[in-house]
Amino acid sequence: MTAPDAGRVDYLLRLGDDSLILGQRLGEWCGHAPALEVDLTLANFALDLIGQATLLLGEAGDADQLAFHRDVLDLKNCLLVEQPNGDFARTIARQLLFSTWQHLLLQRLTQSTDRFLTEFAAKAVKEVAYHRELASEWTIRLGDGTDESARRMADGLDWCWRFIPELFEVDDVLEALIAAGVAPDPRQFEDEYRRSLAAVLAEAKLDPPAEQRPILGGRRGHHSEHLGHILAPMQYLQRTYPGAKW
Amino acid sequence: MSGDWPLWEVFIRSRGGLSHRHAGSVHAPDAQLALAHARDTYTRRQEGVSLWVVPSKEIVASDPDHAGELFEPAESKIYRHPTFYDIPDEVKHI
Repeated sequence: MTAPDAGRVDYLLRLGDDSLILGQRLGEWCGHAPALEVDLTLANFALDLIGQATLLLGEAGDADQLAFHRDVLDLKNCLLVEQPNGDFARTIARQLLFSTWQHLLLQRLTQSTDRFLTEFAAKAVKEVAYHRELASEWTIRLGDGTDESARRMADGLDWCWRFIPELFEVDDVLEALIAAGVAPDPRQFEDEYRRSLAAVLAEAKLDPPAEQRPILGGRRGHHSEHLGHILAPMQYLQRTYPGAKW
Repeated sequence: MSGDWPLWEVFIRSRGGLSHRHAGSVHAPDAQLALAHARDTYTRRQEGVSLWVVPSKEIVASDPDHAGELFEPAESKIYRHPTFYDIPDEVKHI
């Protein structure tokens, strides 16, 4: 494999693992959401994300093999998506922070020089536009709701806030893909991202959380202790019965 | 949580040119989330191209106790069905 190909595969894994892990996380709400309708909303988000992961990991190699037979150090997802669900407000905070970033990225990825990525982005951008919209609406309702919902929403945002800088980190792999026109440069939409979040928080009557020491490393396989606990139930069946099929 | 939310009736237009039809109901705190809940609950399998939601309390329903006087008089009026005409073969779409 030539170097640019290795970089491309790495990028596919980063995007694919983001979707895979957040999809699995949201799936944990199934049967536990605060209302039946919200249960369906979160399950629909999860299925959209698992669908994206299937396409991206399938382009990187064998999707099932990559999803079910890699361990923590080999996963390239950002740290935000592996954070525990917490309460509904923290799940919404995580979704707002991730979907806003993913939407801005996918809008630009439709202009990639890579044919697969442009076609992928054109399909996924509509799904993610809806995730972003609904996460914004819930943030506004919880923030501008009761004293308890506002407190929980603020706590959820505070928990997730330190994982934002990682979304805009550019390392050598990404730098090369940006130069080749394959990947958008996230630094070019960080201002728009911050402005978009500020607008949602203003409407939610919430103060932006104080900036915290950023935590980085997911793209290099340096994950929190939470990721192993996602992989254990997700991978159990394929690891116990390798190659098992329906 | 949803126990505190009002109920909304959901209507779906399955494709262009057809009328919206009643699909069911959802709980939601306001109109915009009612649309989102209707979308997430009733259009997961490409059931529709347009959605309406209406607060259930705004629906005015006929009284079942008056069903006799409202609907039974129509039973004996078969001449209201256009079955006494021969339709020429050349006339389509009737």
